[in-house]
Amino acid sequence: MSTPMLTVDKVSKSFGGVVANTNISIEVPENKIIGLIGPNGSGKTTLFNSIVGYHPLDSGSIKFLGEEISELMVPQIARRGLLRTFQQTRIYGKMNCVKNMLISVPDKNTGLSDMFRGHDSEELDKAEDLLEFVGLYSKRNLLAGDLSFGQQKLLEFAMALMNEPKLLLLDEPTAGINPTLINGLIDRLKTANERLGVTLLVIEHNMRVIMNLAEHIYCLAHGELLAEGTPDQIQKDQRVIDAYLGAH
Amino acid sequence: MNWPPNNKVLYGTLLIVAVLAPILFPNYQAQMAYMWLMVVLAMTWDIQGGQMGYNSFGNIIFFGIGMYTTAVVQRAMFFNFDDYEQTAGTLHAITASDYVTSLVVGGAGSAILCVIVAVVLGSAVLGLRGHYFAICTLGLGIAAGEIAGGIDFIGAGSGMVTPVFPDGLGEKGLFFYIIFFTLAVLCHFTLKKLYAGRFGLTLNAIRDDEDKAEAMGLRTTRYKSVAWAVSAFFLGIAGGAMGNLIGYIDPIDTAFAGSTFGVWMVLMAILGGKGTIWGPVIGAIIFHITQELLWTLLFGWQRVALGAIIVAIVVFFPQGIMGFIRDRWPHLMGQTVDKSLTADKSKEGAA
Repeated sequence: MSTPMLTVDKVSKSFGGVVANTNISIEVPENKIIGLIGPNGSGKTTLFNSIVGYHPLDSGSIKFLGEEISELMVPQIARRGLLRTFQQTRIYGKMNCVKNMLISVPDKNTGLSDMFRGHDSEELDKAEDLLEFVGLYSKRNLLAGDLSFGQQKLLEFAMALMNEPKLLLLDEPTAGINPTLINGLIDRLKTANERLGVTLLVIEHNMRVIMNLAEHIYCLAHGELLAEGTPDQIQKDQRVIDAYLGAH
Repeated sequence: MNWPPNNKVLYGTLLIVAVLAPILFPNYQAQMAYMWLMVVLAMTWDIQGGQMGYNSFGNIIFFGIGMYTTAVVQRAMFFNFDDYEQTAGTLHAITASDYVTSLVVGGAGSAILCVIVAVVLGSAVLGLRGHYFAICTLGLGIAAGEIAGGIDFIGAGSGMVTPVFPDGLGEKGLFFYIIFFTLAVLCHFTLKKLYAGRFGLTLNAIRDDEDKAEAMGLRTTRYKSVAWAVSAFFLGIAGGAMGNLIGYIDPIDTAFAGSTFGVWMVLMAILGGKGTIWGPVIGAIIFHITQELLWTLLFGWQRVALGAIIVAIVVFFPQGIMGFIRDRWPHLMGQTVDKSLTADKSKEGAA
């Protein structure tokens, strides 16, 4: 097996006296969908923040495509193709959906002429295609801040795809989304993975979703890696069941 | 963006008004020159305050630096330093062509220096956000005036005089009317071009959620610095011309005039509607006319009345005139609402 796309090796992080992550190691192979579950406060989002560079690590290493990224800043990591979405959805509220999409084009070049350029029709076309992909095409000229929370989640997902990431970290993509739309979202995540070749690492509380989606699942509890395995193994794992039911 | 609906008519009308105004009202040429200066101040402030969401109270720095730079360049071109210091004002007037040349060279020098200062200063203070940035730039503006008042090379606290306006260039008011009008037009079209593209969207993204913009890989610091440099470029030139229009540069009252121009540029942009292309223009024109009327009608109380207006603007028009229009009639501003639930890109393309 080739080296994984993302390797998190023995990462620890604490905030003052609160230990959020202890010696966590996970691997995300290319083109796979990997799940990350765990009760509230188990350190999932902290791990996400560590990976994308929001705070320095206490110890451990994070390698993306063979490169150590734990010392890099957030935008630098993002430009390498490792992107995340937020649990509390973040979009540009006072801009319409199309503009939200256009500004999500990867910021590759650095020259002044590139900063001052306009938008070519290919970008616009792609933006509209992706908006249609997530089902927001009819809302494209609305201010993003006027959309419902669920729609904003979809928009944020489309914005992330516009950025052409290699690896996308999704923090609870189905939270706040109408249950009847969740199936559609699962399909879209799978399509993004298969057709666009985006590797996904997904935090999710909805067990039905994550069991359908992920090929391999890591379970955190109390800041430690509790279990890992295929969805079947995780579902049958007594430690995972105990953690969720509060048995210890 | 779709407002105004017909640009040709609008620009044509504005051009005719701008050309006719100084001819019809020759006594107010200098006043109208000031008005276009105000438009430039409001438009350049709006780059930070409106589009980028950074309330800068320090943009006046570039205005002052430009004013001094142009004056220093003019002095260096035609006068002996010691003579100029001792007998300022009574020196020989320079010729019309020399004067124009010195203004052009001085303006270019001001623009370049201001851009450099903006990039250097920006890399240091643009990491601050929100109130911290506002307070920091306020402090910088005040400090700049105090520092300028202590430098002998630029006349220290007693200030500097600019060359006497020469014969042969027509009315002084009209001359500067043309300069400031041209500058306002250049500034408008430059910003219009920048806002229409990636640059404008990035500034808006920074305004709406800077952390998100960083998480999406945008080089926010670079964009913020360049945006400040664009403001500085126009402010530098405006300051240089302003120094020549007034004829005398006081470090605190004219150059780094934070309590007048520095506050006004903020107010004008807010009054007109920040974050819009026309808001600062409308705000500046209304504000300047109101201010002049107050000065005439309520002499002695003009500052009090101005203060009352400022309070009224902030309380009743926090969105400004254009913001009010945008909230009330969003379709005029291009924020259309597509009601059809079946809107489908491929079908629309085929239709």
